Amino acid sequence: MSFPFIITAALMLVSAVAAMSLRNLVHCALCLIVTFAGLAALFLQMNARFVGFAQILVYIGAVAILILFAILLTRSSEMKTGQLRVVPSSWWVGIAVALVTFGSLALAVSSSTLLKHPPSEPGIVTVKQIGFQLMENYVLPLEVIGLLLTAAMIGAALIAMREKQSP
Amino acid sequence: MLGTGIIKGMAETARNFLGSYTSEDRLPTVQYPEEKIPAKENARSFPFLVHDRNDAEMGLRCVACLICEKECPPQCIYIVKDTIKKPDHTGKLQNHPKIFDIDISVCMSCQICVEVCPFDAIKMDTAFEFSTTDRFGALLLHKDQLAKSNEHYQKIHPTEAAEVDARLTGETAKAEAKAKADVEAKAKAAVEAKAKAAAASATTPANV
Amino acid sequence: MSTTVDQLFVSLKHWLVGLVPEAWQTIASILLSIAPILGVFPLLFAITTWLERKGLGRIQNRLGPNRVGPFGWFQPIADGIKMLTKEDVVPRSADHLVHFLAPVVLIVPVLLAYSVLPFGKNMVAIDLDEGVLFFFAVGAATELSVFMAGWGSRNKYSVLGAMRAIAQMISYELPLVISSLTVVMLTGSLSLVTIVDRQAPVIFGFLHQWNVFTPWGLAGCVLFFIAATAESNRTPFDLPEGESEIIAGYLIEYSGFKYALFFMGEYLGLFAISSLGITLFLGGWLAPFAFLDWIPSYLWFFLKLFALICLFIWIRGTLPRLRIDQLMNFAWKFMLPMTLINVAVAGLWYFSREWGGIPIRWFMCAFCIAVPYVLLGRAVEPRVARRIYRYSN
Repeated sequence: MSFPFIITAALMLVSAVAAMSLRNLVHCALCLIVTFAGLAALFLQMNARFVGFAQILVYIGAVAILILFAILLTRSSEMKTGQLRVVPSSWWVGIAVALVTFGSLALAVSSSTLLKHPPSEPGIVTVKQIGFQLMENYVLPLEVIGLLLTAAMIGAALIAMREKQSP
Repeated sequence: MLGTGIIKGMAETARNFLGSYTSEDRLPTVQYPEEKIPAKENARSFPFLVHDRNDAEMGLRCVACLICEKECPPQCIYIVKDTIKKPDHTGKLQNHPKIFDIDISVCMSCQICVEVCPFDAIKMDTAFEFSTTDRFGALLLHKDQLAKSNEHYQKIHPTEAAEVDARLTGETAKAEAKAKADVEAKAKAAVEAKAKAAAASATTPANV
Repeated sequence: MSTTVDQLFVSLKHWLVGLVPEAWQTIASILLSIAPILGVFPLLFAITTWLERKGLGRIQNRLGPNRVGPFGWFQPIADGIKMLTKEDVVPRSADHLVHFLAPVVLIVPVLLAYSVLPFGKNMVAIDLDEGVLFFFAVGAATELSVFMAGWGSRNKYSVLGAMRAIAQMISYELPLVISSLTVVMLTGSLSLVTIVDRQAPVIFGFLHQWNVFTPWGLAGCVLFFIAATAESNRTPFDLPEGESEIIAGYLIEYSGFKYALFFMGEYLGLFAISSLGITLFLGGWLAPFAFLDWIPSYLWFFLKLFALICLFIWIRGTLPRLRIDQLMNFAWKFMLPMTLINVAVAGLWYFSREWGGIPIRWFMCAFCIAVPYVLLGRAVEPRVARRIYRYSN
């Protein structure tokens, strides 16, 4: 529970709550970006440098832009956000689901072997090691992810094309 | 195509860049007001009054005929005739303007006053640097500011001035010739009258 | 003697850090690494604005600014004073927080990107093992500021300009990253210091092995710099801020100092990407020939940066602006296939090390790049007939 961790965690919690509860949708998306940045900071604090920088590159540089474009392109006439109720009527269902999820995750984490026997020193993982692991042990998941991404791209191109061709 | 157009374009731009240091036509900038381009002959800005013989008062060609004042479309000319008379280029006595004002903030440079003047007295100037901080009086030019010599007119509009000068000297020569012929005729008539008087006085003593 | 001059700034920094008491030495070291960057690059920005205006002027058959100081040298100062004293106009219906934060979100990642670039031998602020990844990560964060600027202004032209700008930036990010991928592939490390060090060995007795002297390096360098021009919104890719097209695009509602910050952020981004290109392809702080090694390394680096800036200004004066569909066509149909082919050719170069001497490998790899280049070029060209001028002779 070091000082940087406390600051980062507090920032992430505040921005996550803000991303849920703000009225303006674009402000919510921007607070979500702050949450992503906090996540990247957490990765960097654990010396997972590649994942941290990749988090910034992918999430903030691409996913966040995608979210913002989606908001922009689908809002059209709905500019007033006064009609949205920030707290819906069935709020107790949300709290119940959140408690169940938190409980199961806490149970799983607290009974994990890593927590009982933490390693003596956190190893610094270099990009070279990640690369070797990807190419040797995890090459099948890598290829499957590649195929999945290709399918997604082709699907997106097809959807965009079909919109133009239909009269 | 395939990038060759870009290379050719960049070569041309480089030639422009390097040529702007060496050749004149790749840098035609004139740094006004340190450098000025001389005005072309057909340029015109506002009217001025021509005077001969370096005499800005009595040498003015203007005879206050008031034609330009009447013809000026925005009516920016104001003339008051004087009582004194001055001789013009043919020696005939003419009127003289006491006051001749042009308001160049109103003048639209249409050149009508120049076209209608029968005495080649008012011509168009090419000067344009008239800006002033005095809003109400400085753009009203008076006779002494408007009177410029014939040499100035020859400098700014050479061909026109040459043609006007040729015509005026022709008229002057004709007037002088006529004056000389008049003087000779008068002298001859005086001689004849004296001869006749002498002949008349010669015959009268015989009658006594 | 030459190493003393070369390591002048490094030894200066060590001496200054030694003057500070023990407990403060890390902070002093960090500050002394950051301060030169913050001092030199904005100064270079001021010089570049002057150079650009004079250079573009001469290219366009006119003088640039020459009234403020001899040859207009104080023009950047006059511009700075003008920007500082202008009224800061914010539209009433604008999103004030987002509108205010957009220039900040631009400048901070751009300045962060300078921390991994080696400006000379042993002169890098942080020697990260993943320097290239860090650089592209913070580069991606700058696109966010474009969106915030466009959205926060609550102006149709702004939003339109911002969307176009972001589309352009993400389209050209792919060729940028993949062309730098070839360098990383053949160097075996993401660290920028290692990349420069791998270009140091001398071949043929006098030539340092800059990556640009290889066929994949040459193609990669050209592709990288085209993508860099597009990433920093410079002509011919400056549609997002073209004055005659969309007024100022996402910068319409910015005036005074915020506009100056955007302007500075764009130019600093240009310097950062050029510096990355120099490090990856043009040998960083290395001299081209071994007999020129006595010139200090930082001087070489800034000489190359200066040459690149002049090249960018030259291209700006030459080429007209591309339309948005021409831009996107060029990115996805030409640059992306070329960069992928470049990766394959880089692999070919690596695996053909035992086959023969350098000339054979060079011509083989160059052939493998040139043929797709010609074919793709012809495929992407618009099919218009030759122009027929009916009324002129």
